[in-house]
Amino acid sequence: MSLSISLSINGAARDIVLDDVRVTLLDLLRERLALPGTKKGCDRGQCGACTVLVNGQRVNSCLTLAATLDGATVTTIEGLAQGDRLHPVQQAFLEHDGFQCGYCTPGQIMSAVGLIAEGHAGDDADRIREGMSGNLCRCSAYRGITEAVQDATRRMTAQAAEDAA
Amino acid sequence: MSVARPLPHDAAPLHVSGKARYVDDQPMPADTLHLAFGLSTIAKGRITAMDLARVRAAPGVVAVLTADDLPFANDVSPSAHDEPLLSDGTVHYLGQALFLVAATSHLAARKAARLGDITYEEETPILTIDQAMEAGSRFEDGPVIWSKGDAPAAIAKAARTLSGVLEMGGQEHFYLEGQAALALPAENGDVTVISSTQHPTEIQHKVAEAIGKPMHAVRVESRRMGGGFGGKESQGNALAVSCAVVALATGRPCKMRYDRDDDMTITGKRHDARIDYTVGFDDDGRIQGIEFVQMIRCGWSMDLSLPVADRAMLHADNAYLLPNARIESHRLKTNTQSATAYRGFGGPQGMIGMERVMDHIAHALQMDPVEVRKRNYYAPADTAVPDRTTPYGQEVEDFILHEMTDALLETSDYSARKQAVAEWNAQNRFVKKGIAFAPVKFGISFTLTHLNQAGALVHVYQDGSVQLNHGGTEMGQGLNQKVAQVAASRFGIAMDHVRITATDTGKVPNTSATAASSGSDLNGMAVKVACDTIRDRMAGYLAETHQADPATVVFADDTVTVGAATYSFAEAAALCYHGRVPLSSTGFYKTPKIEWDRVKGQGRPFYYFAYGAAVTEVAVDVLTGENRILRTDILHDAGTSLNPALDIGQVEGAYVQGAGWLTTEELVWDARGALRTHAPSTYKIPACSDRPPVFNVALWDAPNREDTIYRSKAVGEPPFMLGISAFLALGDAVASCGTDYPSLDAPATAERIWHAVRRVADV
Repeated sequence: MSLSISLSINGAARDIVLDDVRVTLLDLLRERLALPGTKKGCDRGQCGACTVLVNGQRVNSCLTLAATLDGATVTTIEGLAQGDRLHPVQQAFLEHDGFQCGYCTPGQIMSAVGLIAEGHAGDDADRIREGMSGNLCRCSAYRGITEAVQDATRRMTAQAAEDAA
Repeated sequence: MSVARPLPHDAAPLHVSGKARYVDDQPMPADTLHLAFGLSTIAKGRITAMDLARVRAAPGVVAVLTADDLPFANDVSPSAHDEPLLSDGTVHYLGQALFLVAATSHLAARKAARLGDITYEEETPILTIDQAMEAGSRFEDGPVIWSKGDAPAAIAKAARTLSGVLEMGGQEHFYLEGQAALALPAENGDVTVISSTQHPTEIQHKVAEAIGKPMHAVRVESRRMGGGFGGKESQGNALAVSCAVVALATGRPCKMRYDRDDDMTITGKRHDARIDYTVGFDDDGRIQGIEFVQMIRCGWSMDLSLPVADRAMLHADNAYLLPNARIESHRLKTNTQSATAYRGFGGPQGMIGMERVMDHIAHALQMDPVEVRKRNYYAPADTAVPDRTTPYGQEVEDFILHEMTDALLETSDYSARKQAVAEWNAQNRFVKKGIAFAPVKFGISFTLTHLNQAGALVHVYQDGSVQLNHGGTEMGQGLNQKVAQVAASRFGIAMDHVRITATDTGKVPNTSATAASSGSDLNGMAVKVACDTIRDRMAGYLAETHQADPATVVFADDTVTVGAATYSFAEAAALCYHGRVPLSSTGFYKTPKIEWDRVKGQGRPFYYFAYGAAVTEVAVDVLTGENRILRTDILHDAGTSLNPALDIGQVEGAYVQGAGWLTTEELVWDARGALRTHAPSTYKIPACSDRPPVFNVALWDAPNREDTIYRSKAVGEPPFMLGISAFLALGDAVASCGTDYPSLDAPATAERIWHAVRRVADV
């Protein structure tokens, strides 16, 4: 049984025939669409390495069935930068060295973008730590991660204020 | 100079944009096959029948292999040739690979691998330390025993004695990137393997054995790992060998990666252990004699267990002079995953035994635990004392913990906070606090002396760009960046002129694993030698053409100065190229001064020691056992740091991982020998919210007294053991509930803390 879906991935409209209706968004991205930036850590929604944005909200792509995404907008780590200009969260992770081995990093960054958009944490370190606790980092680069999210939040808030003025 | 600067990881821009490629991210040829193992469902027994008809008939399956189908060696052991890739008919643990499936997709291979119809003759497995001790199930004829002086006599004469037992669990590596390998068949029956491995040469060696070819037929590449921690020192062999064998059998590229549950079920972990101790000491807390019995659970095959257990013995003293010591080590063979290398490599297990003893003595004497420790420390470096020898005969020449301890106690405000904790505990019944100090002295060098060597290959191109390759592998520790900093410093050029390529057995042969914290010590030196060879050639040529003394040629700030002339480094490289100067060189380094007789347990296994100290404060809810770390202060010795940012990252990460081992990370096997904690749902590693909210980490800024690369010190493993302070702080909090010594076991889960509280007090 096959099923067709239409969705936007990193700004590009895609029509995709799913030859297996049970395929997850993660496997679709990695194995069908040549977007391996999103990582597979546990494949059961517990490590956060596969975090992407669906309609602006952070989700574990390993637990998201592609078949449910007809009409959705998906953003992965590959779609975050504007050309050569990094997203403020990417820039902050770079400047704060918010990683060691880098494997969890795409998920951390997408989760951080989602967290900042949710607006619950602000630049409060404790709330950021709680809000980011679904994204495991075995190297424990948590200081850099927390500082990067704080820094990016401040920059994006300032930018938004500037844009509004 | 590019060294001693806090530069970020070399692949940082790739990591933040999702462009850093790991093995599973490599673009694959369209006809690639995907592999999966069929796994045993019992822990011990014999296979009486294996019907794989349904596996072969499953959709997408191209080949199914059993041990009989392997053309050459059926072995993936890094040591004793006792680890068949596929079962030889006997089963030694639950999760052992019995057969191998190759299919057109990963999912198809995994689904088919579940369809094997296996009949077993089951035997009773040996699972626990007690069972193994009772059965005498071990890897050597008897226990290994090392002694200094006469411990039993010293204990008998001592004013006070005490005994105890400490049990500690193992630890799953939980590298975020699971094990993975990709093999590409080449002409002439050769094969190229891309592997997520800390040890490309070992992969090359085992693949060569398995395909019946010399090592020159196998090229292994490792670009980076998504975490290693020791778990990719030998555990990647099975995947790489499988891929290579099937690739040559079918002529198609093969890829294998373990899904998380399989990874945790199949691969080895940190050795769990029990330590029995008896210590004799005086009324001031000074140890007179001590006996340790270390029981190490090694699992079903030897793997690296002997050197791991050796290192546990080598760290039984931690930072303390033991006038009389006897250390007995049992390497127990059990029907569980084959325990393997994990950050610290036995050192943490040995060290925590000693730290438990210190705590126990302090409790018995009602003394400050820090004071007991200081009284037993080795003598400061460069002071005249009759004895500064370890139980294994090495002189501790570089001891700096006296100064480091005083500094940390002051910056962490230890005394006042200890007082405040006591006051808090006097006033609060249900939430108790604890605070503890723990020092670390960790020996640096592979204890297998011949492994302490490294090679490098450096090219300077005619445009002045530099490509370098070394035998170490990158797993997030920042080794490539540190080594590139060395190269940039030697040539006096900016970092962006230097490119480090993937680790490749075709470029640097006969490498040791990137392990034992030795990566930058060994490879940094090899790169320095190679760079200096090229630099001297360039200086010689340029000096000759300018009638100058080669010693006066200066490489700095992207320029080369020869007499009155100044060239950009690129111009100098072009001149040398036109002057037919060879601009490529290998470099080689071997660690000096070390010699070690592991049978006798005597010698100098370590070039030097790395030191550290930590103070951790915790809070415990005595009604539930729930606990958290409130604050941690660390002072760590990285010598003259090659890169303070990377080193502080290593220290923080290691501490958190060490605290995780001793608190929340609990491995549970059931009575059948099945690992029940095989996913992050049941195995809890520290999350962002578990990091201490107050976390002060500083480096002890003093050069290594030994002549290491820019006088730096190894930093990967030593700070792991700073996590012991978190465990001791939990014990301190529990002790405040009553008068008995809590004898907390590890990991100190909420459940164990809850029980310990009830042992010492009636809450």
